[in-house]
Amino acid sequence: MMVGMPSWSRRWSGESLIRLLALLLALGLLVVGLLFPLAAMLVKSVQDRAGDFVGLANFARYVQTPALAGSIVNSLTIALTSTAVVVGLAFLCAYGLTRTCMPGKRLFRMLAILPILAPSLLPAISLVYLFGNQGWFREVLMGESIYGPIGIVMGLSFWIFPHALMILVTALSNSDARLYEAAEALGTPKWRSFFTITLPGARYGLISCGFVAFTLAITDFGVPKIIGGQFSVLATDVYRQVVGQQNFQMGAVVSVILLLPALLSFVVDRWIQRRQVAQLSARAVPWQPSPSPMRDWTFATICYGVGAIILLVIGTAIYASLVQFWPYNLSLTFKHYAFEALAGGGWTSWGNSLKLAFSVATIGTLAIFFNAWLIEKSEGYRPLRQGLHFLAMLPMAVPGMVLGLAYIFFFNQAGNPLNWIYGTLIILVLNTLVHFYTVCHLTSVTALKQLDPEFEAVGASLKVPFWTTFYRVTLPVSLPAVLDISVYLFVNAMTTVSAVVFLYTSDTRLASVAVMHLNEAGYFASAAAMAVLIFFTSLGVKLAHAAISHLLLTRAQRWRQAG
Amino acid sequence: MSFFTRTLLASAIGMTLSTAAQAATELTVYTAVEADDLQKYAERFQQAHPDIEINWVRDSTGVITARLLAEKDNPQADVIWGLAATSLLVLEEEGMLARYAPEGVDALDPKFVDPAIREGKDPAWVGMDAWVASICYNTIEGERLGVPKPGSWEDLTRPEYEGHVIMPNPSSSGTGYLDVASWMQLWNEEGAWDYMDRLHQNISRYTHSGSAPCNLAASGEAVVGVSFAFRGARLKSQGAPVELVFPTEGVGWDMEAAAIIEGSDKRHAAETLLDWAVTEEANALYNEGYAVVAYPGVAQPIDNYPANITELMIDADFNWAANNRDRLLQEWQGRYDGKSDSQ
Repeated sequence: MMVGMPSWSRRWSGESLIRLLALLLALGLLVVGLLFPLAAMLVKSVQDRAGDFVGLANFARYVQTPALAGSIVNSLTIALTSTAVVVGLAFLCAYGLTRTCMPGKRLFRMLAILPILAPSLLPAISLVYLFGNQGWFREVLMGESIYGPIGIVMGLSFWIFPHALMILVTALSNSDARLYEAAEALGTPKWRSFFTITLPGARYGLISCGFVAFTLAITDFGVPKIIGGQFSVLATDVYRQVVGQQNFQMGAVVSVILLLPALLSFVVDRWIQRRQVAQLSARAVPWQPSPSPMRDWTFATICYGVGAIILLVIGTAIYASLVQFWPYNLSLTFKHYAFEALAGGGWTSWGNSLKLAFSVATIGTLAIFFNAWLIEKSEGYRPLRQGLHFLAMLPMAVPGMVLGLAYIFFFNQAGNPLNWIYGTLIILVLNTLVHFYTVCHLTSVTALKQLDPEFEAVGASLKVPFWTTFYRVTLPVSLPAVLDISVYLFVNAMTTVSAVVFLYTSDTRLASVAVMHLNEAGYFASAAAMAVLIFFTSLGVKLAHAAISHLLLTRAQRWRQAG
Repeated sequence: MSFFTRTLLASAIGMTLSTAAQAATELTVYTAVEADDLQKYAERFQQAHPDIEINWVRDSTGVITARLLAEKDNPQADVIWGLAATSLLVLEEEGMLARYAPEGVDALDPKFVDPAIREGKDPAWVGMDAWVASICYNTIEGERLGVPKPGSWEDLTRPEYEGHVIMPNPSSSGTGYLDVASWMQLWNEEGAWDYMDRLHQNISRYTHSGSAPCNLAASGEAVVGVSFAFRGARLKSQGAPVELVFPTEGVGWDMEAAAIIEGSDKRHAAETLLDWAVTEEANALYNEGYAVVAYPGVAQPIDNYPANITELMIDADFNWAANNRDRLLQEWQGRYDGKSDSQ
């Protein structure tokens, strides 16, 4: 490896140049994949159909159109309601998982992750079967229709719950037993130590969880598309303007408005993340719950209630996909899985989704992890690295619909040298990669921070080029994180609708989009079947990931335990 | 990073290679043909012309029309096969259709061919079949909820239908628009708006597609779905408890038609498709779903269609419907859009 290397200084400067080049490529990816499209969208929102500058005239027209402006209130209402429901439930369940000795914690954790594996269209489809005019539980709604705010809030709560639970479990895991011991010694009642120790300790997690839930709720497209009925929200307005009426300017205006709440919650979340760091002191002793049958069984009941609902919703979708002709012929059949006779792509679109998911998982994982490594472990080019880190955080604040529309504006310009990727699978890969960039970046950074910087130093002193250090040492050592990232990307690429709904063509139709189209045309059973197919695909990959991770951790990663 | 770009390049090269390897011409065909029949259309055509491959872009009539209009300066479609004549007339007005007389067009019923042919010009479009409005009525839910089977359009405005009627949104659905246009022609504009104002009171929602109301009626989500005969007949043969109602005032209809897009660089293949679209064989294919087709003498009766369907069809004025499309839809949106599904 070190044989035949030129003199130190020449080699170093050559390596440094390559490092700069790699950093600039990473910058290029985020500038072309994120900043330029967003800029193109902003420009579009202040132009008329002919492309002339009209200032804020489009925004004025938006505010003056009651059918459109009303969606702002609608969106805020359902997002706030869903957030309240989700954070409340997730807090109870997270408390049960971290602060009680309830039985079957692992099983519940597994159940709780399931909604993430399905597109948000799936709960909406199930809710129609559960609470629609023919639904089993329609009386529960007391005459209210499931098509509207009630259905949207229920669907969103189901789909957002796992995200909220993960954040709150982390927040509640950080506890200092010394505080509780002190409280007990002072004779403080349990309810009081809850309000003075537990809640304040988890306050940043709670706020962060609230904002994540809010962002997911206000930007989701799948649930309101299926079950929104006449109740319009911002995300469906973007779709309606762009696809239904081909009014791209108004689509851009609604997108800009949709960007605002998401940006706000992004800023708040960053602020909280920064404050949270120093909260737990190194001398804290983790608090261990002791058995208390009354409390443990109460929380077990709550958690398993939630778990049962999750199973019910997914089970309903599976059942719906198997019934011959619901609700009049309940015999079972697999015929709805033979999508061939239907447009919307059928199995071809499932194949396309697999292709997309695998491409994003491999390309995205390597690109994002390598970029994170460049940012985290390089020396020099400090402003460039900081700029990159900021750019990597930004995609979280950009809703999928907005990013997808921005891609149309940017990549579909005749003068754009990248125009040729429009309408191909490549643009879908790029879009999905950028859309889910942030979480992967953060995971990479966290994993890399655990590694001793000495690796790079030793590598450099042995005169090994940095890329060799990267793929011989850093990459293998970080395998668990790398696998996490790839599975995250795979599942999201499989389930996302909002980002890709504007970008697919007849050659690149995706399974998630097919669910929407099948449902739109009234093939409810086939739509359910496709959603179930996506769910089981994600589940399969997730299980494979768990198995591989387990193997890795017990074998290749043995040094971790030893070290 | 380098890996990323390399993969991009590799896949780009791979794609060019794979397109070069296929000798077949790929035609981009925009259509609003019912999704369950699309595959069949492509297969039958390809049996006759294996060297041409069809890339479908399918959506509801209004969406496809809006898309074609939006792409006017940079058309993506080569051919339209199966879109409402009212929409094609709008596109023709914009100069987007190429005139071409398919081989054997003379054999078609003259009503199904662009009238320009009578002035000695090549037709801008050729008709395929007629699709006819119809009401789908769920007998089981009707009985359970005490909602009687309607006989006329006027019946749907009666108080017992409140909240039980679903209809397609005319902006996105061709079926929705032919309903609106036919009411205009039956009762003139004022009468039609008055009727729709009253009907609106009973509508539970307006759907994106023209099939959806009948699908929803068939699954019991609604009792009455204003839809079209093709979907109702098909659902009935699948075992849905629906009855087709053809209102006594007369039913609106529109023609599905085909055309070549001006400026397509695959003109030869496009002409081949149009030639095939007017053949007896193609019309027999249309007849599998539609009772009235362009080629005389081909049509066989279809299950669950009334025998006298041509007598029920009103004397539709497609030119009027096309010329007033934009204005009527604007007015409609202003009045009723609050109850629409997000499209």
